[in-house]
Amino acid sequence: MLAIDNLSKRFDASREQALFERVSLRLAPGESVAIMGESGVGKSTFLNCIAGLEPVDGGRIQLRDRELTVLDEDAFARLRRRDYGFVFQAFHLLPHLTLAQNVALPLWLLEQDEASADGRARALLERVGLAHRADDWPRHLSGGEMQRVAIARALVHEPALVLCDEPTGNLDPARALGVLELLFEGIRTTGAIGILVTHSRLAAAYAHRILRLTPLGLIEEPGGA
Amino acid sequence: MGALLWYVFLGSLWRRRLATSLSLLAIALGVALGLAVQLIHTAALDEFGRGLRLISGEADLQVVGSQSGFDDALYPLLAQRPEVAEASPILEMEARLPDRATTLRILGIDLFRAARLTPSLLPLGEGRSGEATPDQAAPTARGDVRLEALQPDALFLSPAAATQLALASGATLRVQVGTREVALRLAGAVPAAGVGQVLAVMDIAAAQQTFERIGRLSRIDLRLAPGVDAGRARRALSALLPPGVSLRTPADAQSEVQNLSRAYRVNLTMLAAIALMTGGFLVFSAQWLAVVRRRQEFALLRALGLDRAGLRRGLLAEGALLGLVGGLIGVALAHGLTALAFRLIGGDLGAGYFRGLAPQLQWEPGLMFGYLALGLGAGLAGAWLPAREAARLIPARGLRAGDEAEAYQAPPRWGLTLGLLGLAALSCLLPPLDGLPLGGYLAVALILVGAVLALPGLTPWAMRPLAGGRAILTRLARARLAAAPGQAVVAGAGVVASVALAVSMAIMVSSFRDSLDDWLTQMLPADLYLRAAAAGTSGYLEPEWVERVARLPGVTAVRPVRFENLRIGAGGEAIALIARHVTDRAGLPLVAGSTMPAPGPGTEPPAWISEAVADRLGLGVADPLPLPLGQAVQTFRVAGIWRDYARQQGAVVIELETFQRLTGDRRVNDLGLFLTAGTDPAGVMSAIRDLLGATMSEMILPGELRTMILGVFDRTFLVTYLMEAVAVMIGLFGISTSFAALATSRRKELGILRHLGLMRRQIGTLLATEAALTAAVGVVIGLVAGAAIAWILIEVINRQSFHWSMDMQWPLGVLLVFSLAMILLAALAARLSGRQAMRQDAVLAVREDW
Repeated sequence: MLAIDNLSKRFDASREQALFERVSLRLAPGESVAIMGESGVGKSTFLNCIAGLEPVDGGRIQLRDRELTVLDEDAFARLRRRDYGFVFQAFHLLPHLTLAQNVALPLWLLEQDEASADGRARALLERVGLAHRADDWPRHLSGGEMQRVAIARALVHEPALVLCDEPTGNLDPARALGVLELLFEGIRTTGAIGILVTHSRLAAAYAHRILRLTPLGLIEEPGGA
Repeated sequence: MGALLWYVFLGSLWRRRLATSLSLLAIALGVALGLAVQLIHTAALDEFGRGLRLISGEADLQVVGSQSGFDDALYPLLAQRPEVAEASPILEMEARLPDRATTLRILGIDLFRAARLTPSLLPLGEGRSGEATPDQAAPTARGDVRLEALQPDALFLSPAAATQLALASGATLRVQVGTREVALRLAGAVPAAGVGQVLAVMDIAAAQQTFERIGRLSRIDLRLAPGVDAGRARRALSALLPPGVSLRTPADAQSEVQNLSRAYRVNLTMLAAIALMTGGFLVFSAQWLAVVRRRQEFALLRALGLDRAGLRRGLLAEGALLGLVGGLIGVALAHGLTALAFRLIGGDLGAGYFRGLAPQLQWEPGLMFGYLALGLGAGLAGAWLPAREAARLIPARGLRAGDEAEAYQAPPRWGLTLGLLGLAALSCLLPPLDGLPLGGYLAVALILVGAVLALPGLTPWAMRPLAGGRAILTRLARARLAAAPGQAVVAGAGVVASVALAVSMAIMVSSFRDSLDDWLTQMLPADLYLRAAAAGTSGYLEPEWVERVARLPGVTAVRPVRFENLRIGAGGEAIALIARHVTDRAGLPLVAGSTMPAPGPGTEPPAWISEAVADRLGLGVADPLPLPLGQAVQTFRVAGIWRDYARQQGAVVIELETFQRLTGDRRVNDLGLFLTAGTDPAGVMSAIRDLLGATMSEMILPGELRTMILGVFDRTFLVTYLMEAVAVMIGLFGISTSFAALATSRRKELGILRHLGLMRRQIGTLLATEAALTAAVGVVIGLVAGAAIAWILIEVINRQSFHWSMDMQWPLGVLLVFSLAMILLAALAARLSGRQAMRQDAVLAVREDW
């Protein structure tokens, strides 16, 4: 269970003005939510706050009854290692690692031995339909293929939470659909909590619920799976 | 984090192979040169120590005097003392071998005494006339050998000497005595002398007779009676010694040479340390650039849960691997260099302290691990700041497609810079520590670091005058450098370090060479020089020969010089004595006082001391200087201090006439000849050869001598030159790779500029302009730092290490060409690598979004 209560974040420069405040959200395992909102409203910042990549200015975040806002940077890093998966708009695959190695990266961080990490990574690549290219380099892939690798990387260690920041932002609609299918299927089967930040109605419709982020909190929107 | 460490961190070294190999090379070189210098000197010192132990055997104390020795009446006096159990007299000389233009160290020993004190010097005979076959070469009965060895012409060679001279038993060796030749018969070997010792042994009475040293000894080895307190015995025996003769332990002799060669060794080691430091700078530049290029990668890893410490550890591991591998290559290289040096030049690195030794390469695990650790340290130190910077990175920001310029933020560090420079100035004031100019070395390091730290502050300031420029490219370049001064630090650190080192060495060496040239002009006023033998050898000129040379047609005047070695002060330290004419036209390169001393209150004769003597004994002009000459101590008055580049242990010049009056010794070693105008020196030379015999003397024209000495100078500095040249070369390569990497890391920015309509050519010009501006700032700072370091090398380090002063010279032409070359090279490297970066489609570079 992820519980967010009264989360607030101010602008970097002037500590006076709030970017958003009174943001509250509860999500059960297997549940997914899409966060929409205007540009600059702080959607990505909201994700970063949940991931501990940016400090919050007020409120609480609890994952499985553990308070996260009190964690120091390194404790948060260890938590992310175990319990978080990420999918970015810009894919962020490491160009000098093969696809299998890119997918195995979270397992390396968890100090799993190389052989079993490799086996698991190949299994995940199989699920996203890229098993035959496991030893290829990212530079040879199309955008859609890159994002499928990134999805495999986000799920390989069966995290409790998968955070996705505009995962289809760099893809054409046809490829976007394929990627979203894979992503949400993965989230469902691993029993993870999924949070998706997007501008795209189409993408948002894959989540169980759709919320709009405003400076004064989250507002429920119609739609959702 | 095995796989992570291997693929993400260490693998990155392989992906940027060029930068990695340069860093490796620089570290390997620093380690190799430093370790080789140590290995060579350790082996040479060990061999020297072995030689000392060999010739001093089981002696507790040694009585030593000046080069011409002391009266052998001292021997029975000491031998009968109750404190003394055994005494063994020795006459030692450096015999000139006329037909080989070299010398051989000959020890005249009392065979019966030596058997008890220095048994390894005992000779082994091989039959009388060399007809011995290998079967008969077995040692004859000991008694026979001693009888054999007592023959007045019998000489025994150590194995190393036999190899070097390529002589077998039974052969004849000609030695020079005065201006005569004497034939000695090789009667056998000194088998226990060890492989590295080039020497010969003969009976002491025979040696005294052969070398016209009757009644003279150069040393007496003493073994104390059991139970006698060494300190008390030393005091009691010292009281019996005449002036100029002193007592020392065999260990004192070793430390004397060790101290003499130490400053030279430390100097070379410091140069190696500077090469290592250049390696550290290269690692720094390469790592910083790599960190900037891998920002998003690190941000991703942090987002995936890698903590700061893990990231820092990974990056430090990269530096450590560089340092370790560089160190290992360096250690291997050092052993190769040492073996090569022993084969080519023996154990002497150019300063002449260990001539005549044939040391062997030794395995020195302590030294090896020490230098390996230094290499590791250089790698880690270079990686330290970039690793810290990477760990500070805010992952949320790094993941956004961003401008690398942000990573090149570097606040001015004026406080730190000025603090370091102030500390450097203070370190120059420190006195030498145990004879070593550690303050000077510290100041050099502080100035280098301070100069690099001045870059971020000075770069935006230096860009200000360009603000009015209207050309778009200049404005872009200026804006970039002013906004991202860290870029100037990364690329400029190598420029500053290389330029500073090259400039300081250029100034120092050219100042030294010029001063040496001046010195030679003053020291060599005559038209022709005649030398009976090098100082300290068995050849010399009798007064009647000097007269006869002076009467040769074309010769207007002769200036004879006599060399001696004295032991002065309580510690019996050796200094050179030069007796010659001073107060007439033969000049002396004075730095204080005058050649025409004002008649003082006393009647002491004048003496002119070298800077080393002035420093060592703390003497100034008009101070009294007691010297043991003849049978008594004569007090001289210091009339002047002169510059001597030839004798680091120190030298005193006195009037030849004073020397002859006090010692009664009228023989001389050198003659300076002044010729009438128009006389061909070659004619005079052949007349002298007819007079003295073709092989009995060496003659040389001042021009040739000067060329020869400057040749020796250049050889001495060869090691230095090589080290510096290599350090500068590596620095230059490092700079080119830095600019190349910078251009590559800015592909996206350049892609946007292409989108906005800049042509490829213009991008190239932009990169070249930026590089030229960066390099220019670096060069200017490097020039200033280099001049400061040169001043420290000349006024502090050389002064304190070798007691040499010199006049500062500015090789402006060389410096100008060098500076322009650096700037052009930087621009060229940036332009070429810019082309590489532009090869990728500009549109793609922008789309790629990182």
